[in-house]
Amino acid sequence: MSVKQISVFIENKTGKLAEVTRFIAENNINMKALSVADTHDFGILRIICENHDSAVKVLKDGGFVVAETEVLAVEIPDTPGALAEILEVLVKADIAVEYTYAFLSVKNIGHAYMIFRVDNNANAKTALVDEGFNVVNHETLF
Amino acid sequence: MQNYFQPEIECASLEDIKKLQSEKLVRQVKNVYDNVKYYRNLMDEKGVTPDDIKSIDDLYKLPFLSKADLRDAYPYGLLGTDLKNCVRIHSTSGTTGKRVVAFYTQNDINLWEDCCARAIVAAGGSDEDICQVAYGYGLFTGGFGLNGGSQKVGCLTLPMSSGNTERQIEFMRDLHSTILCCTPSYAAYIGETLKEMGLTPDDLDLKAGIFGAEPWTEEMRHDIEKALGIKAYDIFGLTESTGPGVAFECCEQTGMHVNEDHFIPEIINPDTGEVLPLGEKGELVFTNIDKEGFPLLRYRTRDICVLSREKCSCGRTLIKMAKPMGRSDDMLIIRGVNVFPSQIETVLLKEGYSPNYLIEVDRKNNVDTLDVFVELNPEQFTDTVKGVAAKEKELALAITQMLGIRPSVHLVAPKSITRSEGKAVRVIDKRKLHD
Repeated sequence: MSVKQISVFIENKTGKLAEVTRFIAENNINMKALSVADTHDFGILRIICENHDSAVKVLKDGGFVVAETEVLAVEIPDTPGALAEILEVLVKADIAVEYTYAFLSVKNIGHAYMIFRVDNNANAKTALVDEGFNVVNHETLF
Repeated sequence: MQNYFQPEIECASLEDIKKLQSEKLVRQVKNVYDNVKYYRNLMDEKGVTPDDIKSIDDLYKLPFLSKADLRDAYPYGLLGTDLKNCVRIHSTSGTTGKRVVAFYTQNDINLWEDCCARAIVAAGGSDEDICQVAYGYGLFTGGFGLNGGSQKVGCLTLPMSSGNTERQIEFMRDLHSTILCCTPSYAAYIGETLKEMGLTPDDLDLKAGIFGAEPWTEEMRHDIEKALGIKAYDIFGLTESTGPGVAFECCEQTGMHVNEDHFIPEIINPDTGEVLPLGEKGELVFTNIDKEGFPLLRYRTRDICVLSREKCSCGRTLIKMAKPMGRSDDMLIIRGVNVFPSQIETVLLKEGYSPNYLIEVDRKNNVDTLDVFVELNPEQFTDTVKGVAAKEKELALAITQMLGIRPSVHLVAPKSITRSEGKAVRVIDKRKLHD
């Protein structure tokens, strides 16, 4: 019960992000969620696509360096403190969060999700579900 | 103040020098032929016997030695005497596969220290001086060479070795050091540290510096002279010949006098090996006519250089060599360390990277920088920044272990480094060390 994320290595140079996203568009891949991590030298573009497997293939064939990672998507209520509550659950379960970003569902209008990259997906999920949070799978998002 | 350490040599007539060189060369060739099988074979292959060498005019008949020969003969193949007569080794910076180990007898060390003493006296040193040696001590020749020279001159010698810059400055202030010996980049760094400590050259008693082991420019000389309030003198040497002191600068600061009584310099065409007339630019070759432990004959330094016999206002008659103007191979000297791009390539392949890479060398605030751009191996990529950063760090460490100096490693996208159809451009040296 997790979501498949694609990470693409991009050099931190003007035009590189445009180049990757143009490539993705030309191959008719629709990105549903996106985040970019950057350092002085390079960036990592993280995306979630409906057709994960074909997106990975297209990117790899296009010569991009790609990594696939299982991440958690947690539905987040539209109230102040919701994210803090989720994070507190993870802290209590001794789960480390590597990074997180938001995802707005188009299919389920009005529902927002947070994507979490944690060091232990199974434990994190159990902890969150036990506290009543909705952890969804890849298909639910699309 | 004394002007020369050994005036009978430093100011000898050309005729006397040539006579001395001829006698020593004839003797050295016989000695090498009898004792160094590796070189005897080279002479036999070329059909040259010791009887063919009657004076320095016959020097051109002898075969060359290259770094490859040193590697083939490693470690004892070029030893010129019984190992029991040797008392020390020095070695070029821990460069696996290309390491040179040179052997010294007590006499070799004695003559080497004379050479360094000549350099110190030429820089105005005497037994009144306090000489701070901030070259590294150890396998590297810098520390021990200048240390020995300094003691021969009678200077009070501070064997500081390199590093711990604030302490260097404290010693300079407390003991009133007057001469500093180190690499030019370290001298520049000491200058910066001095400023950071809120001090000026007036807080020091330094008057001269003897700087070598890496290429440096006139601009850098000017900067160092200003930052430390000194006159900065160049010194040249290579472990294969002995270490620093093969050639040294005098008060004219227009090239370095070669200690011709121990080392015969030649300039050759690097492609044909033909000896070029005085004043022409070519590859510098040295013949060690006094060395007992490591008597290299016609060793190709790969440094591109010019020799000149124009009269020098300092009174020395020793031939002068210009600052080396480049290399006839791809060796880089970075922070005083010899670096071959192939060494970096070896590490990359061992660590599972593609051999497409780019080395960028620059000098920022008078300190050399080494950046290595390497194509990321797709299998090593992860979704986290720290994952990629860890790979960079791991590779930087592996390169550091190979070279002895630390690079900045930058992983770049596969196929992003330009492929060349001819000779690949692997190195960009932005330091503009040469014309």
